Amino acid sequence: MNQTSAQNKDHPLIEVIGLGHGYVMADQTMTVLDDINFRIDYGEFVAIIGPSGSGKSTLMNMLGCLDIANEGTYLLDGQDVKKLSDNKLAKIRNEKIGFIFQQFNLLTKLSAVENVELPLIYRGMSHRERRKNAEESLAKVGLQERMHHRPSELSGGQQQRVAIARAIAGNPPVLLADEPTGALDSKTGVEVMNKMKELNEQGHTIILITHDLSIAEQAKRVIRIQDGKIVEDRGNPA
Amino acid sequence: MMILQSFKMAWKGISGSKIRSFLTMLGIIIGVSSVIALVSVGKGTTSQITSQLEGLGTDLLTVSIMGRGNTTYLTYDEAEALTDLDGVKSVSPVISGSMTAKYGTENTDVSVEGITPAYEDIQDFHVQSGRYILDIDNGYRMKVALIGTETASDLFGTDDPLGQTILLNGSPFKVVGLLESKGTSLTSSNNDKILIPIKTAERVMQSKGVRSMTIQTESPDQVASVKSLIEATLDKKFENADNSYTVFNSQDALDTLNSTTQTLSIALGGIAGISLFVGGIGIMNIMLVSVSERTREIGIRKAIGAKKRNILLQFMIESTLLSGMGGLIGVAIGYGASALVGHYTSMDTSVSLNIVLISFGFSLFIGVVFGVIPANKAAKLRPIYALRTD
Ligand SMILES: Nc1ncnc2c1ncn2[C@@H]1O[C@H](COP(=O)(O)OP(=O)(O)OP(=O)(O)O)[C@@H](O)[C@H]1O
Ligand SMILES: [Mg+2]
Repeated sequence: MNQTSAQNKDHPLIEVIGLGHGYVMADQTMTVLDDINFRIDYGEFVAIIGPSGSGKSTLMNMLGCLDIANEGTYLLDGQDVKKLSDNKLAKIRNEKIGFIFQQFNLLTKLSAVENVELPLIYRGMSHRERRKNAEESLAKVGLQERMHHRPSELSGGQQQRVAIARAIAGNPPVLLADEPTGALDSKTGVEVMNKMKELNEQGHTIILITHDLSIAEQAKRVIRIQDGKIVEDRGNPA
Repeated sequence: MMILQSFKMAWKGISGSKIRSFLTMLGIIIGVSSVIALVSVGKGTTSQITSQLEGLGTDLLTVSIMGRGNTTYLTYDEAEALTDLDGVKSVSPVISGSMTAKYGTENTDVSVEGITPAYEDIQDFHVQSGRYILDIDNGYRMKVALIGTETASDLFGTDDPLGQTILLNGSPFKVVGLLESKGTSLTSSNNDKILIPIKTAERVMQSKGVRSMTIQTESPDQVASVKSLIEATLDKKFENADNSYTVFNSQDALDTLNSTTQTLSIALGGIAGISLFVGGIGIMNIMLVSVSERTREIGIRKAIGAKKRNILLQFMIESTLLSGMGGLIGVAIGYGASALVGHYTSMDTSVSLNIVLISFGFSLFIGVVFGVIPANKAAKLRPIYALRTD
């Protein structure tokens, strides 16, 4: 199950040009992202690192099409997201992006397999195909035995693995992970990181956000941001 | 496909908090069940009255004379003369009163009616044995009597009353006919009656003239014209005095009843509408709470690709499902209540399918209408905002 490879594309997976964002608070604008530029290609494993409040999550919301930046251009798979309607953005989130959140963000009333099926439901996949895909994804994260458990019946690490299964179920080109190990102890953190590396080896493009250097070191490329600006881009293949 | 999924999601939302969902539905349940029960009981009552009124005959007019000054009655001949009016088939004047009947040592109070032979057809009240009152009985003021089944068994037990002589207020009457058994009518019980010739009754009851009569028209559609002819005649006789007589027709009563029922139905519908409306507000209230509680869920769904309309549909279906289920439970309770009333009273209650469909349809409609605002609120949530909330 290889991802679409980079060779037959004439544009990078992600291209960010002069991205800027700010929030208006108490009459004054607070700049959170300032002139961000980078490209990420198919199959990369990128860590975005920076201190708390540096704008990492804000950037990830932009990359995940959950929000649109005030300034600059973001091209995802060659498409300018600023020009897309809400419905198109929802479709992109569904088909091109897999989210892995720090707080797992599973639906507590659904079982593991139902959570994993969710993106496929919104894609309009038939019940049988959906179930098959979801079970395969759960098998990949080693949780096929637990598929009928509710999130509350799973450990933190297991919940995050369910979230990973959900992110990869629809086979999106990009996996966006915002501090995926943030809520886990170091041992389960390592487990989850190993899973991420494995997925990268299988061809998934991974963008990982963290403020933990030891986690970032495991990525092939590290982008460091501080006060909304990129201060370092190490291991950039370009 | 998406609809089915939305149903499943909505069902999960509802079944996830059963007590709350039930309480939310309660308004609709009460509204729908009370409409169905009240309307069916109302229908039962009116159909009972209607069938009794129809039993009185729609081609009959009942005339009661109160009179004016000293003229408080029509003479027997004046009453008989009404037969000559256009459209009148027959006239049955009646003098009624209450007397003590005695046979041997048995005593009983009976209602006695002085009648003419026309009574038999007009009241559809025949003898099962013996003979009826004849014109000749009236001509000679014969002391003969027809006797009701109940009175007969009171006085004679199992013996044959025919040919026996009874005393009515002391005067001897010969029993010439045993009346058939007939149920209670709206106005009186028929089985404890004694019928005697009207002219004889005038004497023994010391009541002069005719104050009450039943007039049969040639066909039911002549009732109105005959009624105005009679009114004209009586107006002339009593010089247009107010309240000197009344002419009653069972069709008039039916019409009054129908219009009363209609007013009642509208009032019931109004009350039901209000209670369903209140139920709808309850649903909206809970749905709004539910949307804020589930903000994060909505955020997650949107992040993984739910479109606005997916979220809208999910919450719309949830509110409609709530009200629809409430409606169904209400229909079931309404059926039960009306069956209970039918079982424990003499009323013949029946639930009309129309009312069931209307009230269930209205409850669905309420769910849709009051679901719009919360569902719209949910659909419009921005995903980043929704994800940050817990
Ligand atoms: N909706 C918002 N309104 C106002 N300010 C915001 C909003 N979202 C983020 N910010 C501000 O933007 C800055 C960057 O926030 P962001 O969440 O991107 O930081 P971060 O790098 O992810 O930090 P952390 O490592 O703690 O998660 C912060 O100063 C934050 O207060
Ligand atoms: Mg963050």
